[in-house]
Amino acid sequence: MKVLVAVKRVIDFNVKIRVKPDGTGVETANVKMSMNPFDEIAVEAAVRLKEAGKAAEIIAVSMGPQSCQETIRTSLAMGADRGIHVLSDAELQPLAVAKLLKAIVAKEQPQLVILGKQAIDDDCNQTGQMLAALLGWAQGTFASKLVLGEGSADVTREIDGGLETVALKLPAVVTTDLRLNEPRYASLPNIMKAKKKPIEQTTPEALGVDAGPRLKTLKIEEPQKRQGGRKLASVEELVDKLRNEARVI
Amino acid sequence: MSILVLAEHDNATLKPATLHAVAAAQAIGGEIDILVAGQGCGAVAQAAAKIAGVNKVLVADDAAYAHPVAEDLAKLIVPLAKSHSHLLAPATTFGKNVMPRVAALLDVAQISDISGVVSPDTFRRLIYAGNAIATVQSIDPVKIVTVRATSFPLAKDSGGNAAVETISAAGTDGLARYVGSEIAKSERPELTSARVVVSGGRGMQSGENFKLLESLADKLGAAVGASRAAVDAGFVPNDFQVGQTGKIVAPELYIAVGISGAIQHLAGMKDSKVIVAINKDEEAPIFQIADYGLVGDLFQIVPALDKALAKPGGN
Repeated sequence: MKVLVAVKRVIDFNVKIRVKPDGTGVETANVKMSMNPFDEIAVEAAVRLKEAGKAAEIIAVSMGPQSCQETIRTSLAMGADRGIHVLSDAELQPLAVAKLLKAIVAKEQPQLVILGKQAIDDDCNQTGQMLAALLGWAQGTFASKLVLGEGSADVTREIDGGLETVALKLPAVVTTDLRLNEPRYASLPNIMKAKKKPIEQTTPEALGVDAGPRLKTLKIEEPQKRQGGRKLASVEELVDKLRNEARVI
Repeated sequence: MSILVLAEHDNATLKPATLHAVAAAQAIGGEIDILVAGQGCGAVAQAAAKIAGVNKVLVADDAAYAHPVAEDLAKLIVPLAKSHSHLLAPATTFGKNVMPRVAALLDVAQISDISGVVSPDTFRRLIYAGNAIATVQSIDPVKIVTVRATSFPLAKDSGGNAAVETISAAGTDGLARYVGSEIAKSERPELTSARVVVSGGRGMQSGENFKLLESLADKLGAAVGASRAAVDAGFVPNDFQVGQTGKIVAPELYIAVGISGAIQHLAGMKDSKVIVAINKDEEAPIFQIADYGLVGDLFQIVPALDKALAKPGGN
């Protein structure tokens, strides 16, 4: 079966972001970009299915400006077979991304779509659930374990109180949590091989999708900074401060 | 305006996250209804009806909702959007799972994890692990919103007298089926609503060493949490994780032990009222946001702190 993975290009998780002084967004010029960490886990999950003989082909999809092709190349170096890039210089919100993915699913007919549960830039945690809804498919969100059966998948989900397992009818959408796997580093030979793998380019217009935003961002601002940094000399001093200054114990 | 709040519960008790979501609904303003979907969930419906200012409690009591899957819940919720301008749920794993599905079925956006209400169509939410605040306005006819519990007070859970109305179940497409769950049982308070949280990181070195924190937590009536590093290392289960993609907490007192303070961890706890950091590395970023820092070996400091707290305090 075919597996589709969705990968997003985001500011690297190690970068301390800077809000633009005019409040229109976050500084992205000359900032290190990487694949969303949860999407790396999604690619790894797909590659492991292929290595186990359960997936025949892996297609990596990314959306956004031309530079998203780098993110697709990373997926190809990890083991995806080919890429699809939906070129758009406009902001794509989760509902639009879900609609674009639905159009690609209609063409490619995968049995499984794997996405990261959340992108670490907008922190929305929506796209997988929305895609499942639009396709009328089952969803296994926040997965820490994925077991494929005949026409079904058992997904163990990380929930607030612990773990929950659901049985999904295939085709289905799965979103990854941190403990699903540890993504591999691409080896140099695989990075070289990935350069030869095909990436097809398309656009929201060509896919016939209205990808316009539904939320207007009015402003972006920095949160108030905490005044921290005070160091104490002893446990006794700490207990005294907590009791008599902060009065929290 | 009419707002529907999806109740989170375990068929016996209403989860406090629901009360925070109701407080967000009160900030939006308008009539507030609560949806309780469960099986044998009469006590939850009664508790919801007592929340001050609630207009009506809708109850769907059906075997399909004993452990509801998002697919079936969304089917139940979508038709209710006709009579409501806003659908709210707590931004817990429960709300995060079901609400985007509802939004997509209605062809509207979701506003995730709001930290403030500016007006009925404009909300504040944190992005980039809490390092920026976005103010967003929805142009959709129905607003689908999940609510960050720590940003809103608890709505008053008494004094109300809402009507309880039974609605019929919406059936199932059989797409997904609940198989089972492993829910951790603990005598300690729940992490997201505890007044004090004691968290451990990679510096704890093993799951066994978390006993030091448990003892400290018991002296303080605290919940025990962990950094992603400690969960990834297998010291403690996933439901302990505090951070950008784990649990968001804002207790009165947060004690971070052996936690360096990665951006994604700070995102989950930096709204705590008082932060204490205990770490052997004086350059650890956690100290920059800690009100009180102790530099040193946690294996000496924590037992000493435990002992000091065992003595009666002089308030």
